[in-house]
Amino acid sequence: MIHPIPPGTRDVLPDEMRELRRLQRALLEVFEARGYGEVATPAIEYDEVLARGEGRTAGGSYRFFDESGDLLALRSDMTVPIARLVAGRLAGAEPPHRFSYMASTYRAVRPQRGQMREFVQAGVELIGLPAPQGTAEIVEVLDAALDAAGLDRAVIGLGDADLYRQLLSEFGVEGEARDSIIGRLATHDLVGLEAELSAVEGIDDEQCATCVALSQLRGGSEVLEQARGLGGAAVERATARLQETFDELERRGVAGRVQIDLGLLRDLGYYSGAILEVYDPAVGHVLGGGGRYDGLLERFGVDLPAAGFALYLERVHVAQMEEESRRGKGEGR
Amino acid sequence: MSFQVAGLSPAKPDGPLKLAVPRGALFGETLDILDGAGIDTSEVRGDSRSLIFETEGMTLVTMRPSDVPTYVEAGAADVGITGKDVLLEQADRMVYELLDLGFGRCRMVLAGRKGDERMGESQRRLGMMRIATKYPRIATEYFERTGRQIELIEVKGSVELAPLIGLGDGIVDLVATGRTLEENDLEVREEILECTARFVANRVAHKLRAAEVDELTAKLREAAAR
Repeated sequence: MIHPIPPGTRDVLPDEMRELRRLQRALLEVFEARGYGEVATPAIEYDEVLARGEGRTAGGSYRFFDESGDLLALRSDMTVPIARLVAGRLAGAEPPHRFSYMASTYRAVRPQRGQMREFVQAGVELIGLPAPQGTAEIVEVLDAALDAAGLDRAVIGLGDADLYRQLLSEFGVEGEARDSIIGRLATHDLVGLEAELSAVEGIDDEQCATCVALSQLRGGSEVLEQARGLGGAAVERATARLQETFDELERRGVAGRVQIDLGLLRDLGYYSGAILEVYDPAVGHVLGGGGRYDGLLERFGVDLPAAGFALYLERVHVAQMEEESRRGKGEGR
Repeated sequence: MSFQVAGLSPAKPDGPLKLAVPRGALFGETLDILDGAGIDTSEVRGDSRSLIFETEGMTLVTMRPSDVPTYVEAGAADVGITGKDVLLEQADRMVYELLDLGFGRCRMVLAGRKGDERMGESQRRLGMMRIATKYPRIATEYFERTGRQIELIEVKGSVELAPLIGLGDGIVDLVATGRTLEENDLEVREEILECTARFVANRVAHKLRAAEVDELTAKLREAAAR
């Protein structure tokens, strides 16, 4: 007899568990070796606390009342709980703080899409070190983690979370119109983006073209040059930030697998400055992401710059298997 | 096999770029625009029954238009062509919409039987219309937006049949020439939106095969403008 489990959750049997554990150990070893000690936080928190971090009205996707009537929520990532932890438990300690984690997180899924409600994130948070050093250190750890996972073809996309907000402000677009344009950029709906932009009064064809062209710039450091050619103060500031970070990555010798991507946007509310995404050519899905969230700790009463990343463990495992079978077949690139 | 994450079908973006080609109404014009972009489609045009065709530097994979977002989202195809109606109906599929190709123009409409006032009467007396459609998401969104309640009846096949034999007061469907409506004694009551063919890309392919995707986009843009 089959007793169902909720969609988006699953059981793990020993063959898979052995491989997942091996991957977890390899990642945690990398984190630990670089000074990122592992922490754990509760899977359930006060909804109000998570909501504060995410800058939304509701903190988690899954919320419920406890026996005393308090509203609790399942965490949807580890960044907000660790920000809370740093503000509450380490207020007197000297930054920077380096932490790693390996934890299940919970998000609402769209029905019948095979997306997971419960999934494991493996990541680090570096709190108290500003850009570009802080960002570069995070990328360095991520680079080593991908090596440890055997994903030598993986690519790290590096973008800037503030670019479009600032660019659109420069164009005089604010409020709902700006959010709606940023929404199109986030889903990369270029046809809708052009329609949306041309519907906004006061945006001329050239500004519209700049916005569309920017979102398509991705590649090596040459794209920063191309972006600067498009002009404007917002672009100048974003490319300067990216250039600084990229230079620091080159100095540390980890720029090799980094792709600068001016079309990158992440949907979590707390990012500022550099943002990251991880891809592997053998898998059509994003394997992880992260970036800077310099304003997040302040919401918990400690004003510290911060950055971090999370890898989606199960997806990294899929990529591992795909890369292994590819190597087994000896396919050329 | 010891491990599988549902929805994460493995893809291999190595080798030639894989392009999902929609069979059906968009098929002919899709092949024409690919020819215009310098891609050899002669084999696809032949009467071979295979689904996958190797051309120079690209693999063409033919499929139902409504499957294109599925294959492209998973990365099994790097890029693809399909109708805007399909993209809207599967709006939760994460694909990058890069280009309006301009062909395959048709309208999503609300239609009812000629001279029949059932839709208005149902709305007035029953508080809702019964609408049959193959496009539940688009229909739901449209009636919500226009502040009307409906009972949605999802059908898979010829939706024109529904109001003729009493399944529903009206239909929401895609209309190209309007001939099918005409032949079934139906008429357009409201226009919902206009659809054309779109060029879409997988998110990871768009990042990791940037040069190839951009080149193909530029060629298609040029061919579409002709």
